[in-house]
Amino acid sequence: MSENRADVLILGGGLMGAATAFFLRQRGLSVILLERRLVGQQASGINFGNVRRQGRFLPQLPLANRSRAIWGRLPELLGEDVEFLPSGHLRVAYTPEAVATMESYRDGARPYGLDLELLSGNAVRDRFPWLSPEVMAGSYSPHDGHANPRLAAPAFARAARRAGARIEEGAEVLHIEHEGGGYRLDTADGRVWRAPVLQVSAGAWGGRIAARLGEPVPMVVRGPQMGVTEAVPYALLPVLGVTTKEIREVLYLRQVKRGNIVFGGTGHGPAELDAPPHRANPDITLHQFTQLRRMVPALGALRIIRTWSGIEGYMHDEIPVMGPSAKWPGLFYAFGFCGAGFQIGPGVGDVMAELIATGSTTTPIEPFHIGRFA
Amino acid sequence: MTAHPAATAPLLRRLGETHRAPVAFTIDGQPATALEGDTLLTALLLNAGALRQSEFGDGPRAGFCLMGACQDCWVWTEDGGRLRACGTPVQPGLRIVTRGAPWPPLG
Amino acid sequence: MAAPRVIVVGAGPAGTRAAELLAAAGLRPTVVDEGRASGGQIYRRQPPGFRRDARTLYGTEAGRATALHATFDGLGLAIDYLPETLAWNIHGGALYVQREERARRLPFDALLIATGATDRMIPLPGWTLPGAFSLGAAQIALKAQACAIGSRVVFLGTGPLLYLVASQYVKAGAQVAAVLDTAPPGARWKGLPLMAARPALLAKGAVLIAQLMRAGVTMRRGVVPRRVLADAAGTRVAGVAIATPDGGEEVIACDAVGMGWHLRAESQLADLAGCAFDFDADSRQWLPRADEDGRASAPGIYLAGDSARILGADGAEIAGRLAALAVLKDLGLPAPPGQDVAALRRQRQVMDRFRRGLALAFPWPAGLVASLPDETLVCRCEAITAGALRQSVTELDAPEMNRAKAFSRTGMGRCQGRFCGIAGAEIVAAARGVPVEAAGRLRGQAPVKPLPVAAMADDASTLEATR
Repeated sequence: MSENRADVLILGGGLMGAATAFFLRQRGLSVILLERRLVGQQASGINFGNVRRQGRFLPQLPLANRSRAIWGRLPELLGEDVEFLPSGHLRVAYTPEAVATMESYRDGARPYGLDLELLSGNAVRDRFPWLSPEVMAGSYSPHDGHANPRLAAPAFARAARRAGARIEEGAEVLHIEHEGGGYRLDTADGRVWRAPVLQVSAGAWGGRIAARLGEPVPMVVRGPQMGVTEAVPYALLPVLGVTTKEIREVLYLRQVKRGNIVFGGTGHGPAELDAPPHRANPDITLHQFTQLRRMVPALGALRIIRTWSGIEGYMHDEIPVMGPSAKWPGLFYAFGFCGAGFQIGPGVGDVMAELIATGSTTTPIEPFHIGRFA
Repeated sequence: MTAHPAATAPLLRRLGETHRAPVAFTIDGQPATALEGDTLLTALLLNAGALRQSEFGDGPRAGFCLMGACQDCWVWTEDGGRLRACGTPVQPGLRIVTRGAPWPPLG
Repeated sequence: MAAPRVIVVGAGPAGTRAAELLAAAGLRPTVVDEGRASGGQIYRRQPPGFRRDARTLYGTEAGRATALHATFDGLGLAIDYLPETLAWNIHGGALYVQREERARRLPFDALLIATGATDRMIPLPGWTLPGAFSLGAAQIALKAQACAIGSRVVFLGTGPLLYLVASQYVKAGAQVAAVLDTAPPGARWKGLPLMAARPALLAKGAVLIAQLMRAGVTMRRGVVPRRVLADAAGTRVAGVAIATPDGGEEVIACDAVGMGWHLRAESQLADLAGCAFDFDADSRQWLPRADEDGRASAPGIYLAGDSARILGADGAEIAGRLAALAVLKDLGLPAPPGQDVAALRRQRQVMDRFRRGLALAFPWPAGLVASLPDETLVCRCEAITAGALRQSVTELDAPEMNRAKAFSRTGMGRCQGRFCGIAGAEIVAAARGVPVEAAGRLRGQAPVKPLPVAAMADDASTLEATR
């Protein structure tokens, strides 16, 4: 069978893999991306679409800031519109404890360059009159926003391909071997792929592959619970979320310009690595309705037209795996983003490309090193 | 420029069953009548040429399947309610808007 | 041991006969139906206060319609009847239903799905104009509201319903401008051998066509429709343009069009129940797999009527009985006396032969769909053009319908692909140069129909399930 070589092989065609492929091409490295099915179909394609820095684990903010800068330039970088809207992101609080959490997060985030505006209940309702009286306060991040997850990873892959990357869909990797200081991958169609550098960005399947490479990590997979309403006049500008410790209150929603309102949260459903994706749990859908009405009573007039779930990979410590292998030279990882990978995706791609091409990155990613599990 | 849908000719034609009691309701603030037993879709399209404007700019819509499948006949009430016109009987005092969508209702 | 819980979804011909048989066997099935009254679509009842008799409403089928309604009404408390109720999802062995603001979770041991069908549609340019309706809609307007969809109506499409609705309009005194059949003139001969399985039905069809001819209605076959034309203001139907042999166009003036090409199974609930689907070459659509009695591939699920195999109302009644008998057998319960399963199966086979004959006599014009102009709105809910759908294949590499939907938004609207999905698959397949079955089918996603955010679960066990 034919041989295929490049400077870098990327295993996994979600947003992380596709963005890395794109940025590697900007740095002049040759890239082959191997995706088992179609680019961006898994977590990258079914997630909520939040492009937010607010609420992230603080050491993730430098990466999130770098990524945010790229989001703003995507139409020019990719030549395609992935519907990024810097609409602002608003978290609401229903209790004094949540308000205190908001205040402390605001203080913690400021040194990282994320300036959040805290608004009292009355002030937040003055600005956003459709919020319910139950909202006690709001924390507003003006430059965050949202984008279309169905479009983002495929757009990166197409741009990477136009820049000379090879994007191979329907290419399931069966074997990974160390060979001559580099990596040899065999796909199910009998083709063989070789490169001195391998990046594993296989999302929910990343842990399985890391284990095969001798670096097991504690990880679970979960199914996000998503839904969308019919289209109505565009009125809810910021992305909305909730600051709370109660998972059943963790609702998020965003209205797209066409008018549909995408929502998710309040719980997870099951997911399996070796089975087709589960559907959204109708009990959770009905519970989401209570939280939707709680936050924005006007949503009670609308109907939902679709629900979905999928698979996302969560690390036990809720911190992603990103950076070089702790064991093998030329091996890199970018997976396990705990349902919060969409906003940092472009940044992850940019950082991984920098790391692979130059040996280091200006953005601190030490907390994400796989070596923490060794 | 397209004419106001309530001003255009009615779409449907009554063929009989005209003995039924009249029902008074409102379309875009204007009084209209229908007969008891008419669906809201029938009532609207016997008074006007459309139910709504497409959200995506392709013009007026007047339903399609009449059996609750196509979802083309959803209309707004003045107070921000939603009704599927083909499956809703016309009621006295209903106030329907065919242009614009009163959402979100505030105040 | 508690009595087995059996739910029938749909109170049309299939659901009525299934409920009747299950009740006769001593069960108390729950019957969920979206309508305000039983009867489904073909035997839809007029609202209270209307006076037309059954003969006027249902013509030659008046006896069957009346019997069916009487049967259902006679069931009374022998069933747990939930009208105006939407079955919107299936999960964990329970059916999720909603009526207004009330959402309920109904566990079941057996679920019999009899959700019927809609018209199968070709999205011609102009089909979203006010005045363009489905054939079924034209019939419902007449039957249930004593209205015609316009003052001068063109009927366009193919299949027996085309002629039936046109003749009903003529009988009711409405003006029918033309009946335009896309089936080539010779096609009916191809279907004749199989259609001869039901000579009475064949004769009824011939009578309809003769009535239309006697009434002087323009009838054409082999029609290639180009577009539905708008009036000067662009706000309603003003005519239908069809191709002429010399490459030109002929316009037939009208103010309404009733369009349809046979039926499309309402199979979303079967999909959510986890049933396997197979591509049916005759009806050129994906149908849920079922054995000859209606057992689906998923355990505890039974399928009957047009939502499983499009056999028409008579076939639905038989399929409803067969599926109910299968439910009883699988639950280990005796069937009510006098049921002749072998006879029912034979009758169903006869109807299936006829169905295949219909598919030959009134073929689906695949070429017409594949060649719809780029500017045609294929997805009427989201206003997506054929060109945009094609681009998702040719420029964005979508290999099949679900990916094409993700990229183009076709099928993402309120109707969830009911009216664009089949034509969309033809367009995707043609753009890829593959057979239509290779373009796949739109994967079902709950809710089956739009579900209000105002809906509240009142079942304590539902709340418990989310902990």
